[in-house]
Amino acid sequence: MSSEAEVTVFLESVLNYFSTTVQQAAVCGTPFLAIDRIPELSDFTGMIKISGKYEGIVAFTAPKSMLCVMLMRMQETDMCQENLCDLVGEIANTFSGNARRDFGHQFNISVPTVSIGRKNTLELPEGARPIVIPIGWRNYSSSLVVYLQ
Amino acid sequence: MQVTAVVHRLMVVDDSNVIRRRIERAQDLEVEFVGAARNGREALEMHAALRPTLVTMDLTMPEMDGAECVAKLIERDPDLRILVVSALADKLTAIEALEKGARGFLCKPFTDRQLNEALQKLINT
Repeated sequence: MSSEAEVTVFLESVLNYFSTTVQQAAVCGTPFLAIDRIPELSDFTGMIKISGKYEGIVAFTAPKSMLCVMLMRMQETDMCQENLCDLVGEIANTFSGNARRDFGHQFNISVPTVSIGRKNTLELPEGARPIVIPIGWRNYSSSLVVYLQ
Repeated sequence: MQVTAVVHRLMVVDDSNVIRRRIERAQDLEVEFVGAARNGREALEMHAALRPTLVTMDLTMPEMDGAECVAKLIERDPDLRILVVSALADKLTAIEALEKGARGFLCKPFTDRQLNEALQKLINT
């Protein structure tokens, strides 16, 4: 599958997630390759390890304020850190799991791991060129980082 | 003659607290929510005490995944109605879950309406 086709798979998943779960459309910016720089992370990052036919990671990173509003839209009243971690991990899980529709049954996904804080970095192989998909929702900015080999 | 309606007892199995609470809140059928488990192992432990008649089951979970749990629950209670609720969107995953004894498959993300329709279908099976 070409990089363009891979990106399209995730773009569709992102748009479907926001319109379905929080009933407000997200806008995806132009995807870009993070060359010679590590993708910047936001307050909360959910990461899924991919194994099998592909190897790599899928990570969703978002500010706390955005996750709080998303929880509210889902009728959740408890904005505790545990639920924010839970949500960011669940979003990464959903984007990855949905991708199996196109990548196939051998696209194995791990349970999510979550990191808190903008100073964290994604563990990527040296020289890796992950694709970053900017995601705008309401007035918040988040992003999806995809690195597949 | 007195006619009593069958009250279904729902157990939710998902490693996400947000999803567990969302399913509990969103379901608006004549269903009694009896409990929630965070993985397959917990679901097996809670099954005997909670005696659910309906189960929503995630697949990707730590300790024991949903596919293994579906098979073990059906072994204990062949009449148990299990709806798999998972982000794994490929057809083979859905087929495998059904082969293990699940009666329905709902792909994440889902709307409240889609959840209720899937649960209603499960009740009607």
